[in-house]
Amino acid sequence: MSTLAPARPAISVRGVVKSYDDLHVLRGVDLDVEQGSIVALLGSNGAGKTTLVRILSTLLRSDEGTAAVAGFDVATQGADVRGAISLTGQFAAVDEILTGRENLVLVARLRHLASPGDIADELLARFSLTEAGSRRAGTYSGGMRRRLDIAMSLVGRPPVIFLDEPTTGLDPQARVEVWDAVRELAAAGTTVLLTTQYLDEAEQLADRIAILHEGRIIADGTLAELKALLPAPTVEYVEKQPSLEDVFFAIVGDRTTTTEDAR
Amino acid sequence: MTTLTAPAPAPGTSRPRFWSDTAALTGRSLQHVTRSVDTIVTTAVTPVAIMLLFVYVLGGAIDTGDVPYLTYMLPGILLITIASGVAYTSYRLFLDLQGGIFERFQSMPIARSGVLWSHVLTSLVANAVSLAVVLAVALVMGFRTGADVGSWLAVVGILALFTLALTWLAVVAGLSAKTVDGASAFSYPLIFLPFVSSAFVPTDTMPTAVAWFAEHQPVTSIVDTIRSLFLEQPVGSDIWVALAWCAVILVGAFAWATALYRRRIR
Repeated sequence: MSTLAPARPAISVRGVVKSYDDLHVLRGVDLDVEQGSIVALLGSNGAGKTTLVRILSTLLRSDEGTAAVAGFDVATQGADVRGAISLTGQFAAVDEILTGRENLVLVARLRHLASPGDIADELLARFSLTEAGSRRAGTYSGGMRRRLDIAMSLVGRPPVIFLDEPTTGLDPQARVEVWDAVRELAAAGTTVLLTTQYLDEAEQLADRIAILHEGRIIADGTLAELKALLPAPTVEYVEKQPSLEDVFFAIVGDRTTTTEDAR
Repeated sequence: MTTLTAPAPAPGTSRPRFWSDTAALTGRSLQHVTRSVDTIVTTAVTPVAIMLLFVYVLGGAIDTGDVPYLTYMLPGILLITIASGVAYTSYRLFLDLQGGIFERFQSMPIARSGVLWSHVLTSLVANAVSLAVVLAVALVMGFRTGADVGSWLAVVGILALFTLALTWLAVVAGLSAKTVDGASAFSYPLIFLPFVSSAFVPTDTMPTAVAWFAEHQPVTSIVDTIRSLFLEQPVGSDIWVALAWCAVILVGAFAWATALYRRRIR
């Protein structure tokens, strides 16, 4: 992606600390995310992934440290940060009473865009929701809600997108759909910081993986770099067993083509 | 802001605009009301039932002098309508907080206070409709008033101010609630308050302590003011006491809600 000199990182975090009373959630987080890349923040439940994302999206203030998104300081230039980002939280943030299309139109209006209706229709088409667009979002399946949720985050084309556990609670097919959507985003130049507790998700999607553990980033690099941290592999011959996922897709016979050649 | 690799944000995205943001969010909130019209009906049902009960069952035993009992108690019924109507505001606000939609709005480049104002404006509209329903039932039951336009405007103004004050109280409840039930429970004492006032029975028939409370709580001055306006009688100092009560509740609840909201989005 880098056509010109080293671009300033889209997200830059330095020494961020956050505690809730005696609970030290973040103990000095450092992280850089390059523009147009997908970085997976990997960690177990309670590792502080969501806390970090909430700080970066100006929903929470850090106790110490600095963080900048798209060049704006999250503590002092909150409005500018919010103008440059979009957050897809852990729970699909859609309005269940409104239809899918109305949800998108609302977000477009709140971003003061011209012709919100056209933007909504375009996104519905892109996320295969055109037919469902006139139905209330409350009637959608988990995967459809997530797709609508992500579509809402794309309104206005924010340069930086946070996806907090985007596939938690989704069935395998819906997961694949979300992965495809994320890859498309990055291909279009959007910076994506996603949190996940699924190792395969990080492996599938991310250019770089940062492991958050006990409040610190304990490893940060490409998949190959992280693998190099381990001792050289020994060669063993193991009979190839199909994974349950392989079996599932073989039986259902419905695997989306784009995932077959995933990286 | 624009760097070469990132897609250019669409024009006009970033700056919050209070009025248009609040208008968009109010439109959304009003759609919640129009798609669950039952909330307006439920808001009106209880006051109407109380009105029927008091006028046709208990009212005959209550001595209100020359004043027809329906006219006597209608102001109290209107306040009960508002007290039960605002519970939906805390309910809707709580649901927004529970789902992710609240955080989505907060992470967008919008005027953040618009999120609360949209719920407040929706409450004013929804309560106005419920009040109109109750008033229509009262007219069918024989309520008549010779009040002129000025008096009606005063009645509407006081009811709007009372709704605004209680709605901000509902915002406090919605922001601080831990459960859905908790979010609307705050309204039960408010619904009960008119019963211990001059709304249904003249206070001079009450035991001293109760009468003292009844005469010094906000509902009595508001009820007395609206009743005088309906009866084309001078409102005296009641209207100022009523307005002062509404203003105090409004300012207090607004400050409290704003403080809670700030803490919430920190």
